[in-house]
Amino acid sequence: MNITPSSAIAFILVLLIAPAVAGVATRTKSVLTGRQGAPALQLYFDLWKLVRRGAVFSETTTWVFRLAPAAMVATTVLAATLLPLDGRMSFIRFSGDAVAFAYVLGLGRFLLVLAALDTGSSFEGMGASREVTFASLVEVGLFLSFGTLVVVTRELSLSGMLGMPFAHHWAANAPALVMISIGLFALLLAECSRVPVDDPSTHLELTMVHEVMVLDHSGPDLALILYGSALKLAVLGALVVSVLIPRGGLPAAGSLAVLGGGLLAIGVGVGIVEATMARLRLPKVALYLAGASSLALFSLILVLWTPA
Amino acid sequence: MTHSSLQLLLLLVVLTDFAVLGTSRLSACIRWIAFQGAILGLLPLVTEGGLTMHVVALAIGTVIVKAMLLPGFLRWAIREAAIRREVEPLVGYMGSMLFGAAALGAAFAVANTMPASARGSLVVPVALVTVMIGMVILTTRAKAVTQVVGYMMLENGVYIFGLTLARRVPFLVEAGVLLDVFVGVFIMGIVVFHINREFDSISAANLTELRES
Amino acid sequence: MLELLIVVMPLAAGGLAYVLQRARARSALLLMIATLHTGAVGLLWVRPADSALGGWLMVDDLGLVVLSLVSVLFLVVAYYAAGYLRTQTPRGGRAFVSCLLAFLSATSLVALSQHLALLWVGMESTTLAVAPLIYARNDRRSLEAVWKYLVLSSVGIALALLAVFLLATAQPVDGGSRALLLPDLISGASRLDPWWLRASFVFALVGFGTKMGLAPLHTWKPDTYGEAPSLVGGLMAGALTSCAFLGVARFTQVAMAAGLQTFVRPLLIASGLFSLLVAAAFIIGQADVKRLLAYSSVEHMGLLVLGLGVGGIGTYGSVLHLINNGLIKGMLFLTVGNLVLATGTSVVSDMHGMLRVRPVSAWLLLVGLFAVTGSPPFGLFISEFSIISGAIREHHPWVAGATVLMLTIIFAGIARMIIDIAYGEPTGADDELSSGGERASFVVGPVVLAGIVLLLGLYIPAPLRAVIGRAAASLGGAAP
Repeated sequence: MNITPSSAIAFILVLLIAPAVAGVATRTKSVLTGRQGAPALQLYFDLWKLVRRGAVFSETTTWVFRLAPAAMVATTVLAATLLPLDGRMSFIRFSGDAVAFAYVLGLGRFLLVLAALDTGSSFEGMGASREVTFASLVEVGLFLSFGTLVVVTRELSLSGMLGMPFAHHWAANAPALVMISIGLFALLLAECSRVPVDDPSTHLELTMVHEVMVLDHSGPDLALILYGSALKLAVLGALVVSVLIPRGGLPAAGSLAVLGGGLLAIGVGVGIVEATMARLRLPKVALYLAGASSLALFSLILVLWTPA
Repeated sequence: MTHSSLQLLLLLVVLTDFAVLGTSRLSACIRWIAFQGAILGLLPLVTEGGLTMHVVALAIGTVIVKAMLLPGFLRWAIREAAIRREVEPLVGYMGSMLFGAAALGAAFAVANTMPASARGSLVVPVALVTVMIGMVILTTRAKAVTQVVGYMMLENGVYIFGLTLARRVPFLVEAGVLLDVFVGVFIMGIVVFHINREFDSISAANLTELRES
Repeated sequence: MLELLIVVMPLAAGGLAYVLQRARARSALLLMIATLHTGAVGLLWVRPADSALGGWLMVDDLGLVVLSLVSVLFLVVAYYAAGYLRTQTPRGGRAFVSCLLAFLSATSLVALSQHLALLWVGMESTTLAVAPLIYARNDRRSLEAVWKYLVLSSVGIALALLAVFLLATAQPVDGGSRALLLPDLISGASRLDPWWLRASFVFALVGFGTKMGLAPLHTWKPDTYGEAPSLVGGLMAGALTSCAFLGVARFTQVAMAAGLQTFVRPLLIASGLFSLLVAAAFIIGQADVKRLLAYSSVEHMGLLVLGLGVGGIGTYGSVLHLINNGLIKGMLFLTVGNLVLATGTSVVSDMHGMLRVRPVSAWLLLVGLFAVTGSPPFGLFISEFSIISGAIREHHPWVAGATVLMLTIIFAGIARMIIDIAYGEPTGADDELSSGGERASFVVGPVVLAGIVLLLGLYIPAPLRAVIGRAAASLGGAAP
């Protein structure tokens, strides 16, 4: 565990501006669809409001239900420590931590699913089953993308893949890495339950995937869940930005600025997608994820092929 | 610089292959294959050999035939049909995607056995992928028009490969090749039109009367 | 110059035929061109070889064999067609004769082409020329047959084009040999890149094999031969498949010259055996006589490729079989055409007792049965025997044994059907047709073809034997 000033600042930055990223997405979507929309910083106020409220727990739930929100935030924060957020080094690094990254996020989701099933309601169960189905398909694309990065950089840890050495390899493999970025963005939309996989603003339970899973949480728990989702968006957004723009050679301040700007751009991008596309029918979602995975597969084959 | 623009165009070709594979709207299929034809038209301009009259003429001819005439003709052929969507293919869309991914792997694996001197460029694997995915579309789709699109993709794959030989194979034969593709698709389009009239739809799945009884 | 004339004359006549108003004028033009064509080909036999288009069109031994076959077959079919068009009006109307002539031009191009890309253009043109001829009746089955034919043939042609490109890549870039010209390819064979050459051969076998109707790419054949008018089926089974075989043979010539025998021969033998197997499987229990002939065509294509792969005297047998098969297929299709015209159907259960309804045609059918299954004294016996003995001599005894077994099964299948057709009580066969009797024009053609095949079984003229021998040698075989 090594904490450098730049990595600490980057870490805190991401933790702090995560709700803003989600807010930017919502604001962009509103503006593009011709509405005024909520201000970009609305989520902060929502979180503050929810924290001060009391929570209501259903009688059918157990300690799992109470544990899940905190655990989910904890796992997402843990995932953030694995990423080299300042473009050089992450807090925790070991060989193969890319796999840990994917599965730490998976652990958080798993606990949320357990909480959803804990309520005993069929809506939550339905949402949970859809969520894990999509997650299993996202995994394929995610690991193919990581595989491509491993082949390009010959490093097995995320800090190695996205940190200093990455900048040297970027130019030679640009097409493959751009395709990976696009694929990762598509997977981000799936992981964070955005259009075209899931519509966060729908109010019809039968069409929800993630929202219905967390339907029963209230008060501080709901605040934790909302913050956790925003943080997940920011963390995965940081991953996409790191792949798209190699920051290893930049000075620390420049690297942080790029990260901040990149995260806001991701927010805008998500908003644009939400405004322009409709949610896909559920069978089509599998096809969408297969398409993203094929993109990652193509990138992998491409970097294996080029004798670079 | 021409080398990397060639690589970029070839990557786009593969992406359009998968786009046709995954879409279920007939008009979208035709649009993607037209786009692929346009990319193919740009290819002669970035291959080695520089910009001679012959190369420019070939590029223009390719764009006209593959990106404008043939797709336009297909659009005319389906205009009469009220149906705009493809039915679920024989192996399903997920199955098609899997076939596409398998074809991608196979094409690069085969291209890997090439003699080392030729392995620099992406032309051979991309040509092979396009041929294979064209065959997948041709054999698994139910609508006759989509089968024609698959055939066009197959020809595109062969054409990509042929472009590397633009210097060796004389102009006359290339023009003959282009003409043959044009006439082939033209006649297919006419038959599709007749099929549509006869069967009130353009589903080749209706063409099942002839078989061993 | 003569070669160019042979190719261009029918094409020009085809264009002319489209504008002629009267049907009799068109038929007369068809006959005239067919006769001129055969005369010109005969001239090629006696004149020393020269070349046209800078060496792109030239007659060599193998090409001369195919060209002569196509020309004779077309002449007979043209004569038959003249009589056919007097009573029937196929859907194509004016285009029918034009397409026939275009077909002649395209097949001549394939036979005479020394430039492999030009050969490909000719092959594609045959597909396009024949497609309208298949769509003769304005109904669903006909449409279905045309669609399947177009799709499968186009795929095969596209793969054949890929083979041509791969072959061009195999040629070294530096000067010396002109691209894709057969004599240069053969003389410079040692400098061809083996990887590209092997890839090229595989695609050529698949692509041209689809046009030949080799299994498993034969699925268009039963539908197409079943629905097309019989004379069109005869042309396709006799001439078109032979041209497609020429495509395979050209690539084989190059591969053999480059020393790839151990790669090429097993592929050819395997294709041949598989086609024989598929043909045998589907001939047993076949219910439609035209589809039966289609599977018989698959069988004979398998034999051709098998002989090519076996080598030695088997290759000689293949080239000889090319001629015999082409002629007898034409004969059978024309004969069956007569019977189909008489009964209005091609399903066997509706076609009994033909000996009483159409005696000459039925007798011809029986003769055809023995000829096409390889019985002496017909020519196919000699060619099939050569192929099988070639297999034994080149140390492939199992191949020979399997071939004989499948030929026996096929004989049983075909015999059963043809005897069913010929004998028995005439079923509902229209009295009005049987009273009409048989017109001479419908019968002369098949008789002539059967006669030639019989003649070839008894005696092969020396010039023909020399040409076939040289052709076989160029394909890696030997003359007896």
